[in-house]
Amino acid sequence: MEIVYVYTRRRSEFGRPCSFSDRPAKVNVDIPPDPTAASGFILRNPVDSCVQHVSDMSVHEVNTERVEVESHGINHVEGGWPKDINAQEVEQTIRFRKKVAKDENYINTIVHLGALMEHCVKQNNAIDIYEEYFEEEELLEMEDEPPSAKTINVIRDPNITKRTATQLSWHPNTCRKLAVAYSSLEFQRNVKDMSFDSYIWDLENPMKPELVLKPFSPLVSLAYNPKDSHVLLGGCYNGQMVYWDTRRGGLPMEVSTMEFSHRDPVYGAIWLQSKTGTECFSASTDGQVLWWDIRKLSEPTETLVLDITRKGLLENALGAVTLEFEPTMPTKFMVGTEQGIVIACNRKAKSPPEKITSTYSGHHGPVYGLARNPFYPKIFLTVGDWTARVWSEDIKESSIMWTKYHLSYLTDGCWSTVRPSVFFTTRSDGTLDVWDFLFKQKDPSLSLKVCDEPLSSLCLQEDGCIVGCGSQLGTVTLLEISSGLCTLQRNEKNLVNAMFERETKREKILEVRHREMRLKERARLEGQGMEAEERPAESPQDVLERTRREFFEVIQAELQKRGQAGTQHP
Amino acid sequence: GIPVRTTLDNSTTIQYAGLLHQLTMKARRTVRYLDPQNDLTFLRIRSKKHEIMVAPDKEYLLIVIQNPSE
Repeated sequence: MEIVYVYTRRRSEFGRPCSFSDRPAKVNVDIPPDPTAASGFILRNPVDSCVQHVSDMSVHEVNTERVEVESHGINHVEGGWPKDINAQEVEQTIRFRKKVAKDENYINTIVHLGALMEHCVKQNNAIDIYEEYFEEEELLEMEDEPPSAKTINVIRDPNITKRTATQLSWHPNTCRKLAVAYSSLEFQRNVKDMSFDSYIWDLENPMKPELVLKPFSPLVSLAYNPKDSHVLLGGCYNGQMVYWDTRRGGLPMEVSTMEFSHRDPVYGAIWLQSKTGTECFSASTDGQVLWWDIRKLSEPTETLVLDITRKGLLENALGAVTLEFEPTMPTKFMVGTEQGIVIACNRKAKSPPEKITSTYSGHHGPVYGLARNPFYPKIFLTVGDWTARVWSEDIKESSIMWTKYHLSYLTDGCWSTVRPSVFFTTRSDGTLDVWDFLFKQKDPSLSLKVCDEPLSSLCLQEDGCIVGCGSQLGTVTLLEISSGLCTLQRNEKNLVNAMFERETKREKILEVRHREMRLKERARLEGQGMEAEERPAESPQDVLERTRREFFEVIQAELQKRGQAGTQHP
Repeated sequence: GIPVRTTLDNSTTIQYAGLLHQLTMKARRTVRYLDPQNDLTFLRIRSKKHEIMVAPDKEYLLIVIQNPSE
């Protein structure tokens, strides 16, 4: 479309045509140079001046589309036979072979090649050149190389509408496969054409998922059965439990019935240790923890209502956001709730109120990550709001160690499987932090910006070297951590043990002290209550004086205690 | 390539013959490309399970599969 504007004017209205004429040059201004201005400058000798005669080039970056690679096999059929011989006819081939065998050239060549080959075979038989020669020298001192991590692979959600990668689970034995659950956790933000599929990826082929799991509702949590690596358990957004057998394809084998399932997305689904290997349990924000047997998903085998007042009322129940189970302690498990409380439960208690053994509160927001230390099961890590906290099971009042408050909130965390003092946390600004409590306690040892969008989940491979992080846009990044962070150092177990014990003791002392103070307060209040009428009203000044005195006393006591604990630091 | 004499079964022999022939050609071309005066005398492929040794010639190829001595 052309935009044209036409100006018209009559020629007679233009005015007289200009007539140009030449005239000699005329000097208008003449400014002579002023030598006094030179005093403001210094003569520079020599002067560096760069001259280059090169053609001008410009830089342009191009990112090609990812190349789709497919593996094909070739079926070798015998070929190369001369034209007159039919390869199928055994007689003809035998005849040909015999003819070749009599050929003189053939004989010479074979003899020559045979000698050569014999030489190499004898070499092989004599010395094994690939054997381990210097075995003792493997104990290289780990130099203080700075910890680092490398991205080895990035797996993107192939759908157009990206969903959050809510949970990752590594294949139990091979660790070459990763199952990722995708769903959109935004409340009521389900776009109509958002697909429900979750994928199992093979690390060799990050372009195309190895298996597509098609549930009836998006999966929020996903777990491989540690005993049977073909079976996967999934918890859906609508509260149902599903399980798959990868040998049978992507459709679920069985789905739990709607009436008995959860009413809210199933945030935690974990397999249990059992002889049959078919038991699992799940937790959701509707406040229930349900136990299932895979063979009969029509109703749960057991239920527990997360009511900390121990009355079993669903209205008082706290919503569960994470679930934790340690195979070495099969009857106990822990649940992290939306309200910031971690509940430790015992499955084998005799009555439902007894099931909840203890609660630990300390987070201001939902507890997104909950993990026990694989080496010290009494110590567990909780990740929620803006901090990560380390707790000891014995101390119920507060955590024994905690990180500083970050700027963005933490979304998930887990311990390293090889080093007891290392754990990982993910943040909502897309950063992965690796903490090493033995090395540095105030800051993470390694802080990596993985992507721009928030990271939503984290899963460490069993050998402790590769960690997968899932982000809000469905991108799963696989990182390999430097060996310094995933090999057990000498003496580490002892040091970590000592550190945990020290912190536990400190907390215990504080707890005892608090209790004492509270008892004293209570006694004093009771005493005061009896003399309430006779006591003269204290003027505000006196109250202030008294409180200030008490405050300083408490501080002094604390400092002394801290001093004692400090002298025990190694 | 056509297997002339073999001690293994037919299908394995055909597989080895076809694949190793191509690999030897490629190896020889590579050696020649790097230095035109050079030529491939022997090719050894060591894998986890066994070692494959190939002695090439102008017309024929001798292939030996050996178990390593460990």
